[in-house]
Amino acid sequence: MWRVAWLIAKKDLRIEVRSRVITNQVVPFAGVTMLIFGFALDANTDVLELVAPGLVWLATMFSLLLLVQRAFSVESDDGALDAMRVAGVDARAIFFGKALSLSLQLLALEVLLLFAAVILYGETIRLDGAVLLVTTLLSATCGLAAVGTLYGGLAAGSRGRETLLPLLTLPAVAPVLIGATRAVESALGTGVAELSDGWQWVSLLTVFAIAFGVGGALAFGPLIDE
Amino acid sequence: MTTLDPTQTETASNGAMTRSTGTKATRFIGLAVIVAMAWLALFGLVLSPADVNQGESVRLLYIHVPTIWIAYLSFIVTAVSSGLYLFTKKHSLGWDRLAGASAEFGVGFVALTLMVGSMWGRLTWGVFWQWDARLTTTALLFVTYIGYLAVRRLGGSHQQRAKRSAVIGLLSVLLIPLVHWSVVIWRSLHQTASVLDTDGDIDMDGMMLFTLFVGVIAFSLLYLWLVLHRTRVMAMEDMLEDRGLDAALAERRAEGSQAGGIPS
Repeated sequence: MWRVAWLIAKKDLRIEVRSRVITNQVVPFAGVTMLIFGFALDANTDVLELVAPGLVWLATMFSLLLLVQRAFSVESDDGALDAMRVAGVDARAIFFGKALSLSLQLLALEVLLLFAAVILYGETIRLDGAVLLVTTLLSATCGLAAVGTLYGGLAAGSRGRETLLPLLTLPAVAPVLIGATRAVESALGTGVAELSDGWQWVSLLTVFAIAFGVGGALAFGPLIDE
Repeated sequence: MTTLDPTQTETASNGAMTRSTGTKATRFIGLAVIVAMAWLALFGLVLSPADVNQGESVRLLYIHVPTIWIAYLSFIVTAVSSGLYLFTKKHSLGWDRLAGASAEFGVGFVALTLMVGSMWGRLTWGVFWQWDARLTTTALLFVTYIGYLAVRRLGGSHQQRAKRSAVIGLLSVLLIPLVHWSVVIWRSLHQTASVLDTDGDIDMDGMMLFTLFVGVIAFSLLYLWLVLHRTRVMAMEDMLEDRGLDAALAERRAEGSQAGGIPS
């Protein structure tokens, strides 16, 4: 199962490298989002610095919706998902494979968005928060990728379902938005956030990632089989 | 417009005419709902006293508390019947319809809770909304189950619908404790204990407590009555779809055999 999952992830990443949809569309979109947040908050640097971690995650979540749609339009365009199922590929392998490639894309995006926050919002990254920051990024990304893959698989396929994806995904990732935002605030020392406060959020994010990783792997088969 | 030809329509409608969602039991429950609601109105609006601190606005709680209680109950029913559908050998669509009907009224009752609650909040706290843990969780619960209802309308066969929505129904249950946990630590970190507690933690006078109890009974009966009818309506909808499909198939077959009889 893991070998197949790895193959699927590699295939997805290869498609992304060659098609450049991510670099040409999703990354610019995320950048624009960061800019318009600035407009919405009247480019007030005090406010922006304070809310930057939340804006980074909000931009990540909007981009997640695009990435998930992209990941499954690749599969459903030529009926590839059905073909894989007919070929006897384990649904759990498809789930983990797609989630893995999604995680890697998200991670790259989050790093870029953090840099954007440093440049645009005057955020500073401290060295003593680095461990917390990296752990937060990893655990939050796994949770986001699991939820995204799960609902993406459900929403893939026939017309009219794409609009369902945000409705299902955004409430489901609300705990990640809350947890990851607070943890990054602690890691960066935004406002009054303490470094040690961040770790309870990381445990929440980890539980979330495990719950949706396991739940998603079990539920994915019944959801994509038509 | 319709694929049914006249004779088949007649039999189909005749068959449906003999069926109704009402039975003796539901009529009895329906009467009980009317009586209990009248009882609640009498106690809630007339007989029970106004609160010392909250004044007349306390009367809103006689709707607010029972509706959220019923909403929780209906989401539990949705989860349990989703599980029963998924994990029993028979995969009975009856469980699926019960889950769907229950979730529909759950969403309705949460909406009512949020509306009545924000009115109460405006009167008591001066604001419609507070970013309190319980309120935030309830709002997310509301949106999550709207998503569940949207999944139910995705189309496909009845069994597909049932399988998909049962999975989503169970995943939603997984989500609720995580949402609640995150919101609780979020608020406890960022907000010093609020003076205005969201729950009705007031020393309740006996009459008020009794009125609340009447409210719970009235809304429980209402829920039961609604779910019984809705489940039966769903069964009839499913049946109608099946019959429509059967009739369309039969028609196409008839065309096919005619065409086969006279090769062109």
